[in-house]
Amino acid sequence: MSGLQSFMRSWAIQRRVIWALLMREVLTRYGRHNIGFMWLFVEPMLFTMGVTALWSATKSIHGSNLPIVAFAITGYSSVLLWRNMPGRCVDAVEPNRSLLFHRNVRVIDLFLARLLLEAMGATISLIVLSTFFILIGQMDPPEDVLQVLGGWLMLAWFGMALAMTLGAGSERSELIHKLWHPASYLLFPLSGAAFLLNSMPVQAQIYLEYLPMIHGLEYLREGFFGSKIHAIYDIGYMAMVNLVLTLVGLSQIRLLADTVIPE
Amino acid sequence: MIVIDNVVKEYPTHRGMKRVLDHVNLTVKPGQQIGILGRNGAGKSTMIRLISGAELPTAGTVKRTMSVSWPLAFGGAFQNGLTGYDNLRFICRVYGIDPSDKLDFVQDFSELGMYIREPVKSYSSGMRARLAFAISMVIDFDCYLIDEVIAVGDTRFHEKCMIELFEKRADRAKIIVSHDVTYVHRHCDSAAVLSGGQLSYFEDLEDAFRHYDYVSGLPSYS
Repeated sequence: MSGLQSFMRSWAIQRRVIWALLMREVLTRYGRHNIGFMWLFVEPMLFTMGVTALWSATKSIHGSNLPIVAFAITGYSSVLLWRNMPGRCVDAVEPNRSLLFHRNVRVIDLFLARLLLEAMGATISLIVLSTFFILIGQMDPPEDVLQVLGGWLMLAWFGMALAMTLGAGSERSELIHKLWHPASYLLFPLSGAAFLLNSMPVQAQIYLEYLPMIHGLEYLREGFFGSKIHAIYDIGYMAMVNLVLTLVGLSQIRLLADTVIPE
Repeated sequence: MIVIDNVVKEYPTHRGMKRVLDHVNLTVKPGQQIGILGRNGAGKSTMIRLISGAELPTAGTVKRTMSVSWPLAFGGAFQNGLTGYDNLRFICRVYGIDPSDKLDFVQDFSELGMYIREPVKSYSSGMRARLAFAISMVIDFDCYLIDEVIAVGDTRFHEKCMIELFEKRADRAKIIVSHDVTYVHRHCDSAAVLSGGQLSYFEDLEDAFRHYDYVSGLPSYS
């Protein structure tokens, strides 16, 4: 078998396995009752709308004259990406260990299926909500859709890379599980979801700029609001962090796949 | 063929690495019915996991040029919240076959009837085992892995399983891992004995049983 043929065969198997795991996960999590799989994006939509309503009601100070709705939707949707993906991947192997008896199901497939599902949920939620608010005139259409897409992909990449690293790490040490919850909680207010970097004191900006997700979000918001805001970002820095996390995550999963014992 | 070549398997323990399999070799040819005898803790399950490919060896290689099943009648991979049919569909998706062709067979063979559309968690252990065996028969493999004596359901159902496996699939290779000499005697034409991390293969069953008794410290098989 030539290299390409063998690659195509492996690719077909991988797609099949991930699809099977994805469908299994959807059915397990949402079942066939009431709206079924639509919970996949209705749940994040409810979260986002709740936060939007809260911020609108309290007239949150976000350091610009942007409409709060647009601000909350871009901000909270990005949180969904980098917070929920690791949340789903931490301790993801243990309950699925017996699936590894099907030779083509590998540890990485367990992660990829969950990541794909989270990405789909958050993306559909963002699209549906922004379309809705644009249609009723609460939000302006994005000025540069491609830049929004770029920022979203960077955030999703960050979420996936972080999730793989933490997911593999959680099999090694239960500390990951214990520390990720407080960490994600504390990172939320710092992640830029509720403010523009430009509105922060310069002293604080220096530290906040270390957080990779801020760069993706600022980039995304510039795509949305364009000239109305002054966005600060360094996509090169974020790409570097993402790349390092991806390499760490993939290599940890590879090591894990060598040592995990199916029950 | 399945070629197990110089396979070493070690597990980390609190007292350092424990070697469960120490340079193990075995070749399984198409259609061969081979038993692997070993006492509790000899590493039988480890062998099964390595042959099935669920786990990778520490050193050495396992080559498969024929398709190998998962351990037969293994129900551990069932998702309890899902129905029997959903679990069947998952397996079919993983192996790339159409579940709708197989539903009738599984429903009929497992004798689950309408319960196939109920969550697995509502099944009795017998129903679960019957479903697991039926699903194992859905995918066509060249070699079936059998971990321990299959005790599925009542005598009649057990009989049905034996016919499905050893008569209808008589031409398929089978690897039966067990501590039970009688079981291996009935179904295998050759056997290997696993003891102290070593695997010794015998063409002749009687030789294998004698060696098994010897390493188990039992009076010689006669």
